[in-house]
Amino acid sequence: MVRFELNGKAVSVDADPTTPLLWALRDNLNLTGTKFGCGMALCGACTVHLNGDAIRSCTTPISAVANQKITTIEAQSTDRIGRAVTDAWVKHDVAQCGYCQSGQIMSAVSLLKGKKNPSDADIDAAMAGNVCRCGTYTRVREAIKDAAKAIA
Amino acid sequence: MYLEKALAQHGINIEALALGSQARASRRNFMKFSVGGVAGIAIVPSLVSAQAPQGAPAPKAGQKPTEQPAAFVTIAKDGTTTILCNRMDMGQGIETALAMICAEELDADWAKVKTAFGNQKGNYVDPMMGMHLTGGSNSVKNSYTQYRELGARTKTMLLAAAAKQWKVDAATLRADNGVVIGGNRRASYGELFDAAMKEPIPEAVTLKDPKSFKLIGKPTGLKVSRAKSTGTQQYGIDVKLPGMLTAVVMRPPVFGGKVKSLDASAALKVKGVRAVLPVELDRGAKGVAVIADGYWPAKLGRDAVKVEWDSAGVAKADTAKMLAQYRDLAKNPGRQAPGAGFKADVSALASAPNKLTAEFVFPYLNHAQMEPLACTVDLKANECHVYTASQMPGVDTGAIARITGLKPDQINIHVQMAGGGFGRRAVPTSEYLVEATNVAKAYVATGKRAPIKVIHSREDDVKAGYYRPYTLHRAEIGYDSDGKITAWDHRIVSQSILKGSPFEAFLVKDGIDGTTTEGMKEPYAIPMQLSVHHPEINVPTLWWRSVGSTHTAFVMETLLDEIAVATKKDPVDYRMSLLADDARGKRHKAALQLAVDKSGYGKKTLASGMHWGIAMHESFESVVAFVLEAGVRDGKPVIGEVTAAVHCDFCVNPRTVETQVQGSALMALATTMENHAITFKDGVVEQSNFHDFPMPRITDMPKIAVHIVPSTDPPKGIGEPGLPPFAPALANALRRATGKPLREMPFKLA
Repeated sequence: MVRFELNGKAVSVDADPTTPLLWALRDNLNLTGTKFGCGMALCGACTVHLNGDAIRSCTTPISAVANQKITTIEAQSTDRIGRAVTDAWVKHDVAQCGYCQSGQIMSAVSLLKGKKNPSDADIDAAMAGNVCRCGTYTRVREAIKDAAKAIA
Repeated sequence: MYLEKALAQHGINIEALALGSQARASRRNFMKFSVGGVAGIAIVPSLVSAQAPQGAPAPKAGQKPTEQPAAFVTIAKDGTTTILCNRMDMGQGIETALAMICAEELDADWAKVKTAFGNQKGNYVDPMMGMHLTGGSNSVKNSYTQYRELGARTKTMLLAAAAKQWKVDAATLRADNGVVIGGNRRASYGELFDAAMKEPIPEAVTLKDPKSFKLIGKPTGLKVSRAKSTGTQQYGIDVKLPGMLTAVVMRPPVFGGKVKSLDASAALKVKGVRAVLPVELDRGAKGVAVIADGYWPAKLGRDAVKVEWDSAGVAKADTAKMLAQYRDLAKNPGRQAPGAGFKADVSALASAPNKLTAEFVFPYLNHAQMEPLACTVDLKANECHVYTASQMPGVDTGAIARITGLKPDQINIHVQMAGGGFGRRAVPTSEYLVEATNVAKAYVATGKRAPIKVIHSREDDVKAGYYRPYTLHRAEIGYDSDGKITAWDHRIVSQSILKGSPFEAFLVKDGIDGTTTEGMKEPYAIPMQLSVHHPEINVPTLWWRSVGSTHTAFVMETLLDEIAVATKKDPVDYRMSLLADDARGKRHKAALQLAVDKSGYGKKTLASGMHWGIAMHESFESVVAFVLEAGVRDGKPVIGEVTAAVHCDFCVNPRTVETQVQGSALMALATTMENHAITFKDGVVEQSNFHDFPMPRITDMPKIAVHIVPSTDPPKGIGEPGLPPFAPALANALRRATGKPLREMPFKLA
């Protein structure tokens, strides 16, 4: 049994401790907003926050998050920066297929929590781990800049 | 009859299907669709009678299932208007585009419109093709009038219901933004809807003058944008049913291989693993399904399965050897391509003052949609529910019926939102749905029963097959000093995608697969001789966003550009001079001219080391032209401003046109990037995930401006046409930079 804090609530998962956090979220805790893309931390679709920092949940075993704070896409509507980023995503109509966007948003929120007014280089550095096959990158960049203005 | 025979060969008995007049009509439409691209498609056994709306009078004779408002529009008391989409959405925004078209004529309150998907049954078939199919960039093109009429019919019925309540003539009433208005009286659509659905369905409706459109033609955000930005959008891989189990499948390393010996003892000891079962796979292969409580135990179980494979009887593809084989084939003419335009006399080659001989090589490509394939099957005694994001549930129904012994109307394919598709979800063999059904069948055979979701890992997706075919082109061109092409002898070597599939009858002509040659030559007036070799290789191939045009556009647009430069012609003027003055030529000219005007080509001075790259191509009846700036720095391409101009005729949602063209361009850019190729050694795919089949990142995304040529003609495709001209435009700029032509994908600049 592994216990941790998920989106502000205590949870416990009865699974092999090597189980990636991604599958504990999706299969054990029924939070399917976090997506499976590659299983090797190569695409960022599974990005969540561990104590506020962006991590790839597909390669993070649940044993590594015991007693720590995990935040997922589902909690962003109640977070000031998360809400601003989500609203910017909708305003800029970023999503095409949308499958990678939970991960994109989680990386963007993490960026904006650390840097209020990110430069293009900051955006490149924070977002280069998130693959979008539909090619929404231009709008991702615009939405991040817009969200930065909204929270300024 | 041709069609019946073709389908019968695949075990589909057309007489048993009671095909309606709609399907018969669609047969006549077939050739029209097969000209433009790959989407001309068969009629399948899923065609069943329409579901009669509850409490509604029976539809009049002649009214088709696809014309019945109750199957497409529901309006709740609070005004929430749900419009059903007869397609699968994989990011192309069709659920929003079709809703816009319907809502426009319905005069609905757009803020209250929601979208949902229909199933594969009679109401939701493509009105032109008679089956539920998403492909060939056909969705808006084929359903534009259908959805306008659906909206207009629904509105007429709402007006009739209000007229009856108020005891006035319906002609004195009008509708606006979800409300019926008559003098001082107002009634919301929500109040009127139930009564309206009991009104007769009007046969003929008057559609709006497009000049009065309030919604169609305006840049409009996706209805699902917020759901997709909050993690609440459900995709096929997210489906959850009570008691559901998750399975992963062990597939043989070589296509068609079989299990020789299986030791499941260690796998069965993994906590959460329920069963390890032999299972029938695609192409006669036999593999192993590991069924568990969730993905991770299934994956751990699969890691623990010990299997010896028997690949003795199957051919082993090897791309290094294939290159030599394909080159050998290209030395001689292949089978003559059909069509008068490809049968030119090329004897002038011998005496041509200038000759250009070129060979092009294109690799196998994986679609790499971000959502790995997933399919949930709930197999019961008398029915089968399938939950997946398929582009061809119409075809899949027939395949599932054959392996379960159920009737097509006992099968319900619940179309899910797709995390990308690009053709991978439109499989003529229904391979991944059949596989998931076989897993469910094998589990039922053990005496148990549960809905089972089969999930592909990324490695499974990369290795499980169905690639854009490996293709070699060989061109020999004669031209004079003025750039006039006197003879063009061309050969293509590529596997047929459709040979042996139910689509062969429609898209393979004179032994030539139309998906191999599409995009060659047209619209240029060139004396071309085209022949094709279709080698048999043990690699499953499939259409991949823009299909044949992924390679034909590259070949045509880079070779013409080379000749333009060699004869000191401006590449824009040269292309213009090769275009006829007919409707088709004019659309090309309009697109190219718009891209030229907006890019500043010929006026703007480029930064040192940067060069212009130009290309245009028509696919799926839309023309896209690119004018871009690029150069080479440190052996790597550098891309500056990119300007695209699109001629897709009347544009329903300009925002989607923009995003589709930008996305297509990036997907084309990916094909030029280092290591973006699927290769085989001894029959085994050498790549496995995004580290060895890399994807473009935010740092690779060029700035792409998209401009639309104004037009009032009926809308055409947009999901694919943005892809083909991008890579040749880039190659043309890079050739100017280095002086060396690029004739291999991915690009090798060193």
